[in-house]
Amino acid sequence: MCLAIPALVKSIDGQQAEVEVGGVGRKVSIFLTPEVKVGDYVLLHTGYAINIIDEAEAKETLKLLEEIAGASGE
Amino acid sequence: MRFIDEYRDSGLGKRLIDRIKRRSTKPVRFMEFCGGHTVAIFKHGIRQLLPPTIEMLSGPGCPVCVSANADLDKAVALARLPDVIIATFGDMVRVPGSYSSLAQVKAEGADVRIVYSTQDALNIARSNPLKSVVFLGIGFETTAPTVAASILEAAQEGINNYYILSLHKLCPPVIKAILDAGEVRLDGIICPGHVSAIIGSYPYGFVPRDYGIACVISGFEPLDILLCIDMLVAQIESGRPRVEIAYRRGVRPEGNQRALEVMNQVFEPCDASWRGIGVVPQSGLMLRKEFRRFDAEHAFKIELEPPREAEGCLCGDILRGVKTPPDCKLFRRVCSPEHPVGPCMVSSEGSCSTYYLYGGGYGG
Repeated sequence: MCLAIPALVKSIDGQQAEVEVGGVGRKVSIFLTPEVKVGDYVLLHTGYAINIIDEAEAKETLKLLEEIAGASGE
Repeated sequence: MRFIDEYRDSGLGKRLIDRIKRRSTKPVRFMEFCGGHTVAIFKHGIRQLLPPTIEMLSGPGCPVCVSANADLDKAVALARLPDVIIATFGDMVRVPGSYSSLAQVKAEGADVRIVYSTQDALNIARSNPLKSVVFLGIGFETTAPTVAASILEAAQEGINNYYILSLHKLCPPVIKAILDAGEVRLDGIICPGHVSAIIGSYPYGFVPRDYGIACVISGFEPLDILLCIDMLVAQIESGRPRVEIAYRRGVRPEGNQRALEVMNQVFEPCDASWRGIGVVPQSGLMLRKEFRRFDAEHAFKIELEPPREAEGCLCGDILRGVKTPPDCKLFRRVCSPEHPVGPCMVSSEGSCSTYYLYGGGYGG
């Protein structure tokens, strides 16, 4: 029920945005994320962008996972 | 897909599991609150991969499952009213109430429509000005802001045939209720990822502070969940329980302030009844006075029989983590996804449906 999936913002028109999810385009509301920009990824839940994905944090988490894997492999 | 595939790398997953096995020395019990986590944990076989020191329990994090029969009965009664269209997320349709379900009243002629978003429900209201459209407001803090947004839109546009039945529930109060009940000893909580995208990490502060229980907010991919479990183990082994975020790409400590403002503008907390748990203070959301005209319970007169529970159904105990689906005599014998007796078998995120689909040899 609280499922939300990453969607790439392609264009913005007022409180609506055109996003792409797995190659499929659709219109969503950005009423809850007014600061979103074209090129951002958002978490899409029931037709609304409920948060902007933090790319820097995503990279940090992947780096952390790689470090853990490196340390575990020794 | 970006932000999904990277977090499904099996090589990294194996290393993480090795590390968890090495670091976990104390026997611990973790509860995943969110139904989405329950599905991900079973789908990826994570329970089987964990060392015997770690026991996993599922909690009350499926909004459809925790809706009390009395509330489901209201939805059925509203659907039976003339010139009313019920708009709802799909999971609700087959959930049995005390005497009937939305699927049953739909078969009897009621106008029940499955929607993906409140935007769809508003569109139904716009195209049917002579009918009343009631959207079933089911969901936690993830969903409530989207429902609040639809109310603001309806108010601004002057749509006067749109209503909601607010059955929204809040997570931190029910976590407290479960801990206060003391029926299950917990060492750590896998906190919901998308609820936390809205509310942030601060509202869980009472869990380590007052109960000494570790809290980590997790994403929904297998590496997210393993990282979360690794962080929970580290907190417990070091004897320093606190609130941490493993899902940092989706959750900021302060949450989504805009979404919280929208939710709080339209709704205020109220006591709410949870299946199997009972009334939990300030754990629901009702429309504020200035938006009361959108409240279906306020706008329509419905008469209800006293609610009743399906005989033998253990959904209530399962939602509290006291029992697991295989403990229920109805599970697989009488109750199945094709013929569900209780809501945990209907919802795709319900524990019973998840055990039924993925749970073959996982014991429990």
